[in-house]
Amino acid sequence: MMAMHNRSRRRFLGLGAAWSAVLVACRPKTVAPVAEPRALGAAVSSYGSRSPYEKTTRFFNQNTKVPLEEASSRTPLHDTYGIITPSSLHFERHHSGVPVIDPATHTLTIHGLVDRPLVFTVNELRRMPSVSRIYFLECSGNSGSEWRGGSTDSDVQRVHGLTSCSEWTGVPVAALLRECGIQASATWLLAEGADAGKHARSIPIKKAMDDALVAYAQNGEPIRPEQGYPLRLFLPGWEGNTNVKWLRRLKALDQPAMTREETSKYTDLMPDGTARQFTFDMEPKSIITRPSGGDTVAKGALHQITGIAWSGRGTIAKVEVTTDGGATWNTAELQSPVLPRAHTRFRWSWGWNGGETIIASRCTDETGYTQPRLAELIQVRGMNSQYHNNGIQAWKIAADGKITNGNRA
Amino acid sequence: MAIARRGVLVFALCSATLSGSRPTAAQSPASGFGHPPTAEELRAIDIEVTPDGKGLAPGSSSASAGKSVYTRRCETCHGPTGKEGPQDVLVGGQGSLATSTPQKTVGSYWPYATTLWDYIRRAMPFEHPGTLTADEVYGATAYVLYMNGIVGENDVLDQTTLPNVKMPNRNGFTSDPRPDVPLKKK
Repeated sequence: MMAMHNRSRRRFLGLGAAWSAVLVACRPKTVAPVAEPRALGAAVSSYGSRSPYEKTTRFFNQNTKVPLEEASSRTPLHDTYGIITPSSLHFERHHSGVPVIDPATHTLTIHGLVDRPLVFTVNELRRMPSVSRIYFLECSGNSGSEWRGGSTDSDVQRVHGLTSCSEWTGVPVAALLRECGIQASATWLLAEGADAGKHARSIPIKKAMDDALVAYAQNGEPIRPEQGYPLRLFLPGWEGNTNVKWLRRLKALDQPAMTREETSKYTDLMPDGTARQFTFDMEPKSIITRPSGGDTVAKGALHQITGIAWSGRGTIAKVEVTTDGGATWNTAELQSPVLPRAHTRFRWSWGWNGGETIIASRCTDETGYTQPRLAELIQVRGMNSQYHNNGIQAWKIAADGKITNGNRA
Repeated sequence: MAIARRGVLVFALCSATLSGSRPTAAQSPASGFGHPPTAEELRAIDIEVTPDGKGLAPGSSSASAGKSVYTRRCETCHGPTGKEGPQDVLVGGQGSLATSTPQKTVGSYWPYATTLWDYIRRAMPFEHPGTLTADEVYGATAYVLYMNGIVGENDVLDQTTLPNVKMPNRNGFTSDPRPDVPLKKK
């Protein structure tokens, strides 16, 4: 696993160095002549796969006591481009494994404080008026290692790979609730999955009636099993585990159910021993994905610094990049389209003259909130809160060009 | 064709709502999608338990009766006294939440006893969820609470008594104040 990871990283660095050298020096390069193909290529095929030369994978740690059915795998952010994460590389977080579900027998039941409880088949949902939206999905535990110092040799995938971005297609939850005659006394919606552990979260009815979806497609095809096939709840901008996968039931309640996931897990412990409960939206965040931890940059070459920014509260208004440890900040170029609650790609070109430095990005969203430093978050929340770290990620560049995690530098 | 017409009807309903002629929920005409669940269909999935005890199944048990359930079905992952792991530590940690080594356990952190019952019934044992009887769920719940010093060894837990169990960290939670970090420094 790691061997592949390193290999793909070396390959990228090779390309990057070549590109930089061309831009800076404009020297003609000697390239070995490519033999003209004399044999036919492959025939058409029924389902595509990537080039055998491409090896990037999700990362997961196999050496922990946590069963892999209850684990997470992380998106190779340094090896993905633009704003859409390939479905096969979308991060995973399961609480009791990925179930195999036949869409012909799976149903969604809406009941509780409604006038007309209804059971919808997957086929019925696929025939109802639908919408498609591009949204990020981030686990609230993403970047959690950094609260307590992280590791200098960790990379962007291991630290921040619990965020991904897809086009999701489905039926607005509001339309389904109206269909069932949602009652005025309903203030919460219990969402429950059909996985072994029946993962469950309580959602305020306001969010459900605002922009929530019952999604059945991701990036143009039915949702992958790891992402909730055949149905998942999608709550734009909200912490990953509220977006209940393998959705089987929505029950309108007059109180939160206080499930295990919303009490003993996914609550943020403060220095005084109290914990914050229902921290739903993911705050504005940006990270430089290339170059980043594990890369080595070449002196005197032009480097394109690139990364992603997103906000659970709306649209990214600005991303700034520093290459001198925060002394000066430069406004990065944002790749259009810049969409609400979606990854936004940013770029900044930079020539490194050698010498130790720190590079980092920070974003500001449409509400005017600017991504804080990790130290500022720790000052308010302490080091035990585990979840919802949206602090600035610093990458330290050593004199020899080697990049390490600079959050504690 | 009938199928397509139903879709159009729902769409018309959504449009009407968006354009301001907002029908109240009770007046919304049915689109034809979905069917009412049978009582049996609902019973199979309607499993959540709220802090007021709604949803608790009939049955009862105590720590003394539940100890054997814990030993047989829980101990391998959670240890003989609930403190050893290798999976989640269930016992101890009271008084640790404000220290640099907080221990979040059922006794130190969980605000509602009903959540424990709900979670054991819903998801435990990890590899065989849903295989415990209601009495066994009450028994395992009682034993974990007993090991935390929250109920007595012979206290009987049932639909009435479980919601009244006062958890030590019941008032330990606050609402989300974010954004909590200063908006602009300069």
